[in-house]
Amino acid sequence: MSNLRSLTFDAIIIGGGGSGLRAALELAKSGKKTAVLSKVFPTRSHTVSAQGGITCAIASDDPNDDWRWHMYDTVKGGDYIADQDAAEYMCSEGPKAVFELEHMGLPFSRLDNGRIYQRPFGGQSKNFGEGGQAARTCAAADRTGHALLHTLYQNNLKNNTTFLNEWYAVDLVKNAEGDVVGCIAMCIETGEVVHVKSKATVLATGGAGRIYASTTNALINTGDGIGMALRAGFPMQDMEMWQFHPTGIYGAGTLVTEGCRGEGGYLINKDGERFMERYAPNAKDLAGRDVVARSMVMEILEGRGCGEKGDHVFLKLDHLGEEVLGKRLPGIVELSKTFAHIDPAKDPIPVVPTCHYMMGGIPTNVHGQAIMQDEGGNDQIVNGLFACGEAACVSVHGANRLGGNSLLDLVVFGRAAGMFIESALNEGIEYLDASESDIESAMKRITRWNDSEGGESIPALKAELQDIMQTSFGVFREEKNMQDGVKKLAELRGRIADAHLPDKSNAFNTARVEALELDNLMEVAEATAIAALERKESRGAHSRYDYPDRDDVNWLKHSLYFPATKELKQRDVNFKPKTMDTFEPKVRTY
Amino acid sequence: MSNLQVSIYRYNPETDSAPYMQEFQVDTKGRDVMVLDVLHMMKEEDSGLAFRRSCREGVCGSDGMNMNGKNGLACITPLSDVVKNNKLTLRPLPGLPVIRDMVVDMGLFYKQYERIQPYLQNDTPEPAIERLQSPEERDKLDGLYECILCACCSTSCPSFWWNPEKFVGPAGLLQSYRFLADSRDTATSERLSNLEDPFSVFRCRGIMNCVAVCPKGLNPTRAIGKIREMLLADAT
Repeated sequence: MSNLRSLTFDAIIIGGGGSGLRAALELAKSGKKTAVLSKVFPTRSHTVSAQGGITCAIASDDPNDDWRWHMYDTVKGGDYIADQDAAEYMCSEGPKAVFELEHMGLPFSRLDNGRIYQRPFGGQSKNFGEGGQAARTCAAADRTGHALLHTLYQNNLKNNTTFLNEWYAVDLVKNAEGDVVGCIAMCIETGEVVHVKSKATVLATGGAGRIYASTTNALINTGDGIGMALRAGFPMQDMEMWQFHPTGIYGAGTLVTEGCRGEGGYLINKDGERFMERYAPNAKDLAGRDVVARSMVMEILEGRGCGEKGDHVFLKLDHLGEEVLGKRLPGIVELSKTFAHIDPAKDPIPVVPTCHYMMGGIPTNVHGQAIMQDEGGNDQIVNGLFACGEAACVSVHGANRLGGNSLLDLVVFGRAAGMFIESALNEGIEYLDASESDIESAMKRITRWNDSEGGESIPALKAELQDIMQTSFGVFREEKNMQDGVKKLAELRGRIADAHLPDKSNAFNTARVEALELDNLMEVAEATAIAALERKESRGAHSRYDYPDRDDVNWLKHSLYFPATKELKQRDVNFKPKTMDTFEPKVRTY
Repeated sequence: MSNLQVSIYRYNPETDSAPYMQEFQVDTKGRDVMVLDVLHMMKEEDSGLAFRRSCREGVCGSDGMNMNGKNGLACITPLSDVVKNNKLTLRPLPGLPVIRDMVVDMGLFYKQYERIQPYLQNDTPEPAIERLQSPEERDKLDGLYECILCACCSTSCPSFWWNPEKFVGPAGLLQSYRFLADSRDTATSERLSNLEDPFSVFRCRGIMNCVAVCPKGLNPTRAIGKIREMLLADAT
C-alpha cells in the first residue's frame, strides 16, 4: 500500500523553462491552482542559454514584413514535414506573444525609432524566398534567452504562481482508463516522494542534448519528459531529427550564436576560404543550420579543416570591429575568451557542429494536447497530458529548426497550452482517480534504484551511451553503423537496468537524480536510434550516406516511435493551413 | 606528484554531526580545466558529493561557490585563476545555511530579490505593439539586467551577512535599480518608498566585495549609489 503524501493542483507544469513558465503565467493569471515543478530553480533552466533571439514578423526592421513569409521560411527550413497548420499558428500568433513579453519588461535591444531591434538569421527571406535576406530575429543583445526567462519568472512572481523548485518528476501516473492524472515527484532537498494529483499535466521538460557526448545543451537536458511519456507507453514523433548547430566552440561544446553570422561573421576553412559560398551561393553562411553543419563536416572530411588535427573550422568576426562585438555580441566575446581562449576582435573562433536541439518529441496539437494513434492509425488525444516547448513536437520545426524559432515556439505554445487548459478546466474535467496499483507502477523505477545493491556505475554508463550516439547518430548516418548503435543500446539498456545507486541518502541526493536522468537518456537515445535507422531517406537534419536523397513518395511523413513494440510507424503531415494556400514541397536550396 | 590537492567542505545532515573538510587528490592530466570539471572528477570517485550545476557556461548561476577564499562560478573559473601552490579549497557560498556539501539554502537570497518587486510595473494601457524605448534609454539597462542570481555578490557582502533579513543586498538592489532605470517603469516612487528605511539600502558600506566577485562583471555598488541619490533627491 502506498502511504505517499499527495498534493493536488488543477494543473501541474513540469519544467520551469520558457514554455513551462509561459504556460504557468497564463494559468496563474486565470486563478487556477497551478504549480510549476522544476528540478532546478527556474532561472537555471536551459532557456537561459539562448542567445541570438526570437524570430517573429513584428515588422520592426522592415515595416512590410509579413508573418506568411516567416511561415514559408519555417516550412521550407523544416524540409516540408513541419505541420502547416501549426507553423501558421506560431507565425501569426507570434507578434502578439512577443509584444506581451515586451510589455512584461523584456529588455529588448532597440532601433533608433524605439522599436525592437531585429537581426538577420539563417533561412530567413522576404516575399516567400524571392525578396532576399530578411532581418526577423528580435534580440536582447546576445542574451535573449536569459532576458526572456528572467522576465517570465519575474511575471510569475508578480502573479503568485506556486513553485516547487528543486523537485524532480519521476514518472506519470495513469488511471485505469489510461488518462494521465498526475505524477510521482521527489523533493530533492528532503528526498520526500509525493503523489502529485492534477487534471492537467504539462510536460515542459525541454530537450535531451545530453544523449550526445558533444552538445551545446546544459547538463540538465536529459529528456525527462520524453522518458516519462515513453515509459507511460506514449509514442514519440520525429525523434531522428536532431539539430547540430554549426557553431559550438571546438572542445568545449558551448554555443556561439548564429547571430554572429547574422551580424556579418562568416566561416572559413584552413585556406581562409569562405567556403559557404560554394555550398549555398545565395544565403551563404545564413543557409539552414543543417546545410551549414553538413558543409562544415564536408570541409573537414575533405582535408580543409583547421587546427593540428584538421577537425574544426573557424568563425571569423574580427572584421566586425570591437564596437559591434561589444554592443551586439558581448556574451560571445566573454564565452570565446573563457572557452576558446581567444579574443574574437582579433582571432577567429574554432567551431564545430555540435548537438543542439531536438526537433522531435511528444506529438501534440496546437493546444499542447498530447496525441497518440489508435489501431486504425488515427490521431487520438491523450486525456490529461500536455506538452510544450522543446519536449513537444507540434510540429513547427519539421526536420530542421530555424534559428530563433525555438524561443517563439516556447512562448506561443506555452501560452496556447495555458489558454486551452484554462478553458478546459472551466468546462469541467473529471477523470477516475489513480488506484494504489496505478501509483505503485509509477513508483517502480525509483524503488528499483533505491533497492539496487550492486552493478555498474552511473557516470560510466552515461558516458558509454553518449559515445554510442556520437559515433552512430551524428551529422551523417549510415545503415550499418546505426544497426551497430541500436544493438549496443539494447545491450546498454540491460546494464542500466542492473546499475547501482551507491548513495541512498535523502538530503539533496544528486546521485539519485542522475540515476533517474540516466533512465531518461536511455529512452531518448533508443527512440532516436530506431527512428534514425528506419527513416530511409535524407531530410533536413537526418542525413544518410546510403539514402542521400529526400524521398517524398515514402517519407513526406512524421515518424512515430512506439515504445512497447519499438516499432516505427508514420503519421500524416498537416498540409492544410487555415487561412492560406498550402506550401507545396519544393527542392530545398539556399 | 602533480596531482591537484583539493580540500572540500563536506556535510550530510543525515550522517554527519558536524561539517568537515575532506581532502582529494585530483589528476587533471596537467590541463587547465574549470573548477566544475574538478568537481565532476571528484564526484566520479564519491557519488555522494553534492553541488549544483546546470548550463556549465556561466549563464545560469547554479554553481556559485567559494574557491580559495573568493566567490565565483565553478564552471567559468579555470584552475589557473584560483589555484595557489597546487592547492584548491572549495567551500559553499558563505553566510547561507548549508543543506548538504556545496549546496546552500538560497531562501533568504531569493526573498530579498522578491522584496524589490522584480518585475516591470506600468499603469498605462498596453499599446497594440511594443512600448517604444530609445537606444539611449535602453543603454541604461546594460550592466543591470544581465544578473544571473548566482548570489556570489550578496554572500560576499559583510552587510548582508550581518543583516540578511533587513538589508536587500547587492543582487536585489542591482535588480531594484534595473527597474528604477527602465524608462518603461512607472512605479518609481513606490519602489523608492519601499527602500527608504535605514537598512534596505543604507546598510551598504561601500565595501565593494560585490564588484570584486561578480562573475558577470556587474557593479552593484554603483547601482546602490544611484538608488541612494534617488532616495535623497526624493526626500528633499
